Amino acid sequence: MSLMKGKKGLIMGVANERSIAWGISQKLAEAGAELAFTYLGDALKKRVIPLAEKLNSKATFSCDVENKEEVIKLFEDIKSQWEQIDFVVHAVAFSDKSELSGEYLNTTRENFLRSMLISCFSFTEVAKEASKIMKEGGSMLTLTYESTKAIPNYNVMGVCKSALEASVKYLARDLGAKGMRVNAISAGPIKTLAASAIGDAKFLYKWNEDHSFLKRNVDIHDVGNSALYLLSDLANGVTGEIHYVDAGYNKVGMPDPKNIT
Amino acid sequence: MSDDISSKVKKIVADHLGIDEAKVQEDSSFIDDLGADSLDTVELVMAFEEEFGSEISDSQAEKILTVGDAIKFIEGKAN
Repeated sequence: MSLMKGKKGLIMGVANERSIAWGISQKLAEAGAELAFTYLGDALKKRVIPLAEKLNSKATFSCDVENKEEVIKLFEDIKSQWEQIDFVVHAVAFSDKSELSGEYLNTTRENFLRSMLISCFSFTEVAKEASKIMKEGGSMLTLTYESTKAIPNYNVMGVCKSALEASVKYLARDLGAKGMRVNAISAGPIKTLAASAIGDAKFLYKWNEDHSFLKRNVDIHDVGNSALYLLSDLANGVTGEIHYVDAGYNKVGMPDPKNIT
Repeated sequence: MSDDISSKVKKIVADHLGIDEAKVQEDSSFIDDLGADSLDTVELVMAFEEEFGSEISDSQAEKILTVGDAIKFIEGKAN
C-alpha cells in the first residue's frame, strides 16, 4: 500500500502498544508514511523509542505540551530534520485521576485549567506551530470522545473534549485558507492506559459492546484505518469534521430492550 | 490449577518488565524489587485481565503490590 508514500508526519501521544496513537502509527507506516514521535518524561521515553524503532523511526522528541517553549522548539527541531511535514496526530490529554470519578461539580479550578491546557489548548498551539512547516494539503488530526452527552465519571475531560471539538472547527476555518485540513476522530471506548484512569471504565466498554449498532467495541486498528483515510489524500475534501469511529453508538436513540444489562 | 496461574503470572511479569523469570518471586514487590514504574503496574493489571479474562477493579488493583498479591487475587476469581 502506498497511500502515504513520501509523506512525513508527527505522532504525539503514543504511550504503549495499546495506545490509539500507536494503532494510527502502524496504519500510517504500513501505508508508507515516515513518522516522528514525541514523548513526555523518562517512563514514556523508554516505551516510545522501541515502538518508534519497530516502525523504522529514529525521530523521537521530548515534548511537554504544558510548556509553550517546548512546543515551539519541537517544530523547529522537526523543521531542521525534515524541512516540511504532511500531517500531525495529536493524541494528548490529562486530568488528575481523582477527578475522573464522582461528580463533575467537584472539579477544582487547578485541575480544570491544567486539563484544558493539556487536553484542549495544546492542539491549538500545536496546530499553529505545525502549520508553519506544513505543506499545502496537509492534515491534522486529534482524538476526542463523546462530548455531546454526559458520560458518568468522564467529567472534566468531557468538557475539555467539547472545547477540543469546537477548536477543530475554528482551526479548520483558519487553516483552510492555507489548504490545510483539521479533523477529529471520536472513538468509542478503548482499553488504553489513558482510559484506565476513568472511574469504572469497564462499564463503558461493556455498555458500548452491548448497545452499539455493531454490538462490539472498536479497537486501535479500527481507529487507525479511519485516521489513515483522514490523514491521506483520500479525505482531500474533508475538514472541520468530528468523525465517529464508535460502532455507531453515538446514533443509538435507545438501547435494545432485550439487551439491557 | 494454582501452579498454572502462578507460573502464568510470573511469566507475564517477567516478559513485561524484561527481566529473568527466576527473579520473579511471590514476595517480589513490583515497584521495590522488580523495578516497575507506575505505568508498568497499570499495564500489568491490564495484561492479567487479558490473560485470565477476569476484571480487576481500580480499588482491587491498588492492593496488588506483589507478585503473590496478583496470584492470590486471580486464584480467588478463578475459584
